[in-house]
Order: sequence, then C-alpha cells, then structure tokens
Amino acid sequence: MNRTKPISGDLLKLKDEIEGYAIEYGLDFFPQVFEVCDYDTINILAAQGGFPSRYPHWKFGMDYDQLSKGYAYGLQKIYEMVINTSPCYAYLLQANNWVDQKIVMAHVYGHNDFFKNNAWFGHTNRKMMDVMANHGTKIRRYMERYGHDAVENFIDKVLSLENLLDINELFETSELRRSRADQIVQQNVENEDDGYLIDDRSAALKSFMRTQARKDKKAEKKVDEEEITAERPLNIRTKDVLGYLIQYAPIEEWQADIIGILREEAYYFLPQRMTKIMNEGWASYWHSKIMTTRALDASEIVEFADKHAGVMAMSRQNINPYKVGIELMRDIEYRWDRGMFGKEYNECNSMPEKLRWDKKLGLGKQKIFEVRKSHNDISFIDEFLTPDFCERQQLFTYKYNPRTGRFEIDSKDFQAIKQKLLSQLTNFGQPIIEVEDGNYMNRKELLLNHIHYGVDLDVNFANETLRNLFAIWRRPVNLKTKYEDKEVVFHFDGKEFKPQS
Amino acid sequence: MDHPIKRDHSRFRKIVKGKIRDNLRKYVSQGSQIIPKGTDKFTVPMPSIDIPRFKFGDKSQGGMGQGQGQSGDPVDGQQDPNGQPGQGEAGEGEGNKELEVELSLEELARILGDELALPNIEPKGKKSLQSVVDRYTNIGTTGPDSLRHLRRTYKQALKRQISMDTYDPENPAVIPIRRDFRYRASDTKIEMQNAAVVIYMMDVSGSMGDEQKEIVRTESFWINLWLKSQYKDIEIRYIIHDATAKEVDENTFFRTRESGGTLISSAYTLCKEIIEKDYNPNEWNIYPFHFSDGDNWSADDTKLCLELLDKVILPVSNNFCYGQVESRYGSGQFYKDLTAKYGSANEKLTLSKIKNKEGILDSIKEFLGKGK
Repeated sequence: MNRTKPISGDLLKLKDEIEGYAIEYGLDFFPQVFEVCDYDTINILAAQGGFPSRYPHWKFGMDYDQLSKGYAYGLQKIYEMVINTSPCYAYLLQANNWVDQKIVMAHVYGHNDFFKNNAWFGHTNRKMMDVMANHGTKIRRYMERYGHDAVENFIDKVLSLENLLDINELFETSELRRSRADQIVQQNVENEDDGYLIDDRSAALKSFMRTQARKDKKAEKKVDEEEITAERPLNIRTKDVLGYLIQYAPIEEWQADIIGILREEAYYFLPQRMTKIMNEGWASYWHSKIMTTRALDASEIVEFADKHAGVMAMSRQNINPYKVGIELMRDIEYRWDRGMFGKEYNECNSMPEKLRWDKKLGLGKQKIFEVRKSHNDISFIDEFLTPDFCERQQLFTYKYNPRTGRFEIDSKDFQAIKQKLLSQLTNFGQPIIEVEDGNYMNRKELLLNHIHYGVDLDVNFANETLRNLFAIWRRPVNLKTKYEDKEVVFHFDGKEFKPQS
Repeated sequence: MDHPIKRDHSRFRKIVKGKIRDNLRKYVSQGSQIIPKGTDKFTVPMPSIDIPRFKFGDKSQGGMGQGQGQSGDPVDGQQDPNGQPGQGEAGEGEGNKELEVELSLEELARILGDELALPNIEPKGKKSLQSVVDRYTNIGTTGPDSLRHLRRTYKQALKRQISMDTYDPENPAVIPIRRDFRYRASDTKIEMQNAAVVIYMMDVSGSMGDEQKEIVRTESFWINLWLKSQYKDIEIRYIIHDATAKEVDENTFFRTRESGGTLISSAYTLCKEIIEKDYNPNEWNIYPFHFSDGDNWSADDTKLCLELLDKVILPVSNNFCYGQVESRYGSGQFYKDLTAKYGSANEKLTLSKIKNKEGILDSIKEFLGKGK
C-alpha cells in the first residue's frame, strides 16, 4: 500500500517556485522530491527515523505509540520530515495549510543544501533508503532462521551500546583505509580488518561480504580454539565499541552481522546529531529569508509570523536549536557584513564605536556559506558565540539545587554559558567511553573507560548497560569511571554489579 | 495490508503488558499509579522500558535555557507549589521522559486475571438485563462507502448482467453500477445480559486510619476492574458506617472519617434494605463487600450481624466478602467471630485478612478466586 504520494498540481508549482528562489540565493542541493502523506504516515516515518522501511523492532512501535498519542491529544504535530539521501526525500503533511507548506518547502531546501555541503555529511551513504530496506530484509531473515525473540533480544543488547561511537570514523575514507590496510599487510601482521572495507561497493554488498569474510575466517580458525582467544588484542584502544565487538567478541555470524547493521545505521545518523543547531539554524535561516523576501504573499504575513514564532519559541529548560542556530547564523552574517571581527575590532575598547562599527565589507553571505560547509555544532559555538550574543539571547545555565530541590538559574556569565554549551555538545551529548582493554586482569574481561569531564554517569543505567554488554562479551565486563569524585571500576560478572575500587 | 510498524507496535504493547504483569504487585501495592481515563481506559506509567544506555546522571548535569531571570530563579518559571524549600523530589519531570501507556479495561483485567489465575465468574440466574446493541448483520442498498460490501455488490451486478443478457462468458467483466451497490447495514437486537451489583460497606469509625482506607480504595479499584470485565453492566453502591450506616457516593465513601463507635449490624441492615428495594436476587448477581478493622461494639451486635447474614444477605449473594484491614486499634474480633460460625471455607462467604498494602493482591485473589 502506498502511503505517500508525489506532489502534484499547485504543490508542484509551488515546489518549482521555491526551488527557483533557492537557486537564486545560491543554495546547492541534491534533487528534491516532495511527497504528501497523512498524519498517521508521518508518525510512522518519524518513528522510523524518516525511512519507510526499517528492521522490525518494538522501539519503533513505542515511538509510534508516543507520536500518535502526542498528535491525538494535540500536544505535538510533525509538519515535515526530511532525510539525507540523494535525491533528497521530504514528506509534507497533507493537512498542512498553504503557508505551512511554503515554510516547510523553503526549510527543506535549507536542510538539503546542508546535507550536501556540510563536511561531516561528506561520507554518509546517500542511498540509505535502499540500505535500510536491505537491513530490514536481512534481519527478518535472521528472525525466520534463529527465532524472532532471539534476534530481537540481541538487537536490544546492541542498541544499548549504539551511542558508543567514534566521530573520527566519519572521516574514514576508502583511501585512508586502503593505505592503512597496505601498511598492515606490509607489516605482515594477521589482519582482522579484511580487505572488504577498502572499496566503494554498496553498503549492503559490503555487509554481505562481511558475513562471508567472517565465515571463511571462522572455518580456518575452527581448528584451534586457543588460537582465537590468543589473538584477542591486549591493548587496542577505541571509541568505536561496536566495531570492536564485531571483531573480537565471541559471537555468531548473524550476530556480528546485526552489530554491523546497527553500527552502520548509527554512524549514518551521527552527523545529524553533531550538527543539530547548525542544521536547524541554517534551514530556518533560509525559510525565513525565502519567505520574507520572496515567497510570502502579503495576506499570509500574520500566519507566517505566528508559525515562525512557534518554531523559534525559547524555553527555559532547553536550548532551542532552531532559535540559537538561526540567531547565530544571522549574527555571523551581520558581523562579517560590517567587518566586526579580527584584531582591530577585538581590541577596540569603545562600546559606542563598536556598535557603530561598519567597514562595509559585505562578506556576510560568503561567510555563512563557508561556516555551513566546514563546522559542526561544537566548532560553530566555540568560534562564533560572543558575550554580546549571549546577552541579547538571554542565555543562562541552570543547575540542580539540592537545598531547594529545584533547578535554578546558575549563571549568565559568558564563559560559563559557553563552557556548558560546549560540554553538552561534546561527543554529541553522549559520555565518551572507549574500550581500554580486551584482556583485563589477564582474564579476558572487557574494560571500558569513561573519560570523565565533570559529569557522572547514571549508575542504574550503567548497570543495565553493562548487563547487556556482558551478554555479548560473555565474560565479565568492567567500566572505569569517576563517581562522586572517586575513581571507581564497576564490575559486572553476569550476576552482580558492584564497584571495585 | 497494515504497515509493518503495526507489528512493531503490537510487539511493544506485548512487552508493556508483560512488564505490567511482572510488576503487578508493585502497581497494586502503590495504589494510585494507575489512572483511570474515561470509563474504560487506564493510563499506566512505565518507568523503564527504554533501552538502557550509558548516559549522564540527570541532576548533576543541569542544563541551559533562554529567557529572563536572575541567578537563583527557578527555571520552570513557577514558584515551588508547596512553597517549602527542602523538599526532596520537586525537580522531577526535568529531562525525565516517563513513558505512559494506555490500556483498556479488558487488557488490564486480563493481566490481573492471568497473574492471579482468576477463574471467570459463572453468573447465576437468568440473563435479565436488556441491552440494545447494533450489529452489522444486514445488507442494505444505501450506506456510506466505508461500509460497502464488495462481494454482494459484485454478485448483484452479475445477477443484473445475466438477467439483462449483457454478461459475456468470453469476457467476464462484471461492472457494478450505482444501483448494484450493497452496504452492510445494522440490525438492532436486544441482548440479555447478566446484571450485577457490588455493594461496598466500610467501617469509618475512628480506628480506621488513612492507610487502612487507602488499602480499601486500592482493593476496590481492582475488584471493580475485574467485575466490570466480567459483567457488561455493573452497579456499584457504597455504604459507610460507624454506629449508624448511610449510603454515600464514591467520593464520600473514601474520604469520610467519623469518630464514634461501631455497630456493624447497621451496615448490614442497610445493605439488606438496598437489596430488597432495588435488586431482585433472581435477576441480579449481588456482591456485598465489607471492610473493617474487625472491631464491633458488642457481642450482641455481632450476633445480630450473623443473623442478618444467615437469614438475608448470604442466601441472596453470589459471594459475600469480608476484608479485615489490620490496624493498630482494631481488635480483629469480628474475623474470629465469622470464622467460628462459618469456618474458613464457606460457599458464599469469603474472608480475608489484609495486613498491609503488599497484602492487597493476595486478598483480591482470595475474594475473586472462587469464580462466583
């Protein structure tokens, strides 16, 4: 059953119109495909990360449940869904009114341009639609063969580790891999990372070959169990925990393949998690620009202002990435238009002079296009957040006050705000955890190290996560971290979770 | 065909129900967690169904916001509703995405029934309550498109074509026209139902404290749930008593607190009157429940109670349930008196002692385990 259909008629005309404006402004995007669907379909798509076909798993059902309820109670509504593929697919809600459709289209061209040009997306697979569908087919086959529950349980375990990624993996190009593989071959070291990764074959094919390669390897190695365990590396340090497990955990073929599948999907979504502020800021900048200077009819202005304000709403509990993103983009444009940067400007001590500062450079547009190409959220904030900006935007940090039992505003100081923002964005908001030792205590135990930057882990979640890791590693697992200012190693041996100091 | 996500969704529902079943004891003993929504839906909070990950502890992390305010202002923008600094859990809800799932009465009752292995109730007497139901068993010539009956429509078209001799076996195309369309239509039927009434009686004298009442409230919630799943229509009456008894509404029932002494017979007398007035035992399934801490004013009154039970209430009831909630002040004598008279295994009388909140589930099983 086709739940989405291509746009036609007036919407198609609108698309051509908006696309014209986007080109006029110099946006550079993948071919754009719009489809319309009803709210139920958009909820399904949103629950599945934007893709029409995913592997079977209850978490999609859970997200769907929540989204449907949110819609039914009028708490939330998804206007649009856009995915990073080429051609770039975007879904419009059938029931949106005309102004909404205009905003959404203009917004989508911003995202599309960002997907195509931002460096962090450079190596994402633009044929992910097919890859996801293939993943679904493979996992369904595994379910038929090994039982629905067994496979689903295993997926649960792997999803538990899905956020343990190494952002540097995003820049692993085939050339890099090849040169490294060559080196390794030269050193004549038995290489775990077989040749299968060193080409540009489609991901689905690669994943199939991965299975084959492991099968071959296993057939070779079966001769001597001892040898397999002996080759477990003693001191590979990596943040790519899933990649490590594929190689070194004592798991079946299909399990390795499932880890590979989930790992690939996690890396596909990673750039979006790293550029939330920029991506939404950029798209909002362009919907605002295109609407206010070109697409908007005079009769639609109030409606547009209303919708736009809704999207930009500030919250005291969270940073709204749309708001911070668009304002920062505009701030950069403004500053580079007037030359408000560099040594001379920074060293100027007169406030009135700084306010009047205008070198008439007109570099703003060029600058923001550069920024959208080469930055991610961290470098974006690090480089362009200014004290003026923080004050204008009324940013503050808050923290939990155990005395009053409330979350209270902590500071409005620039350094504190920047620090907090950066630390929230570090490692896409996830704790940094690396594999430190695969033969901890010389007992084939796994040791993970949490690189502690001042915020403790949630211990209950850590316990449950280690339990899942144990199920994959099948030997005791350990997590080195700091808890309440003390160095501690949490140890999970299959039954009990306890700290060892 | 349905979208595959519906399968993910039902899988999720299954997991949720399993979780509730596993934690039923907790849900029951913590009373108010399950919130009724409308007449036949319930919201159940699910603390941890999401996939565990390494993540930062919430409270030490704090966050960032935008808006007006000075250092020290609360971020939620409201004053602490309690106005009391120093309270523990006020920060809840911050970044704490708790899952709420909706279950229907049937689903929740089935979980309870499965977990406690409750037998279905065999109603007594004949079906006496008339209820009108519409069932789509008929076929009509008009109706909305969503109810169009394709098979009948095509059959009709085929008949027409054959009779008009426009049907060509070589090219068997059957094309319905407007007047061939057939629609599912409803027939109104009168169905007979079993009627049931629950009469709750509770001792509200001074010795029944808030905790005892909370136990009764929770227990009655689950009992109602089960009985509602067993009978389509059910009436619930409430009687409170100390030395005198009166009929009240649900709200008053759980909130009233009297001092004064206790004459259980007053409640039983009123119960008898209600039954005699409104509920013909030949037509109604009658479930009197009585909760008390077991104190009665005098042995004479107890004698009167037993007489009332013997002569009137027990013969007309499906199951008379007496639940004795342990309290610091209650002597628990009434339970002993009942046991002495009827023994612990009586056909129509069920006795249960409820020590504390943890005992609720077992007590429910005692009450409803007979399948009557």
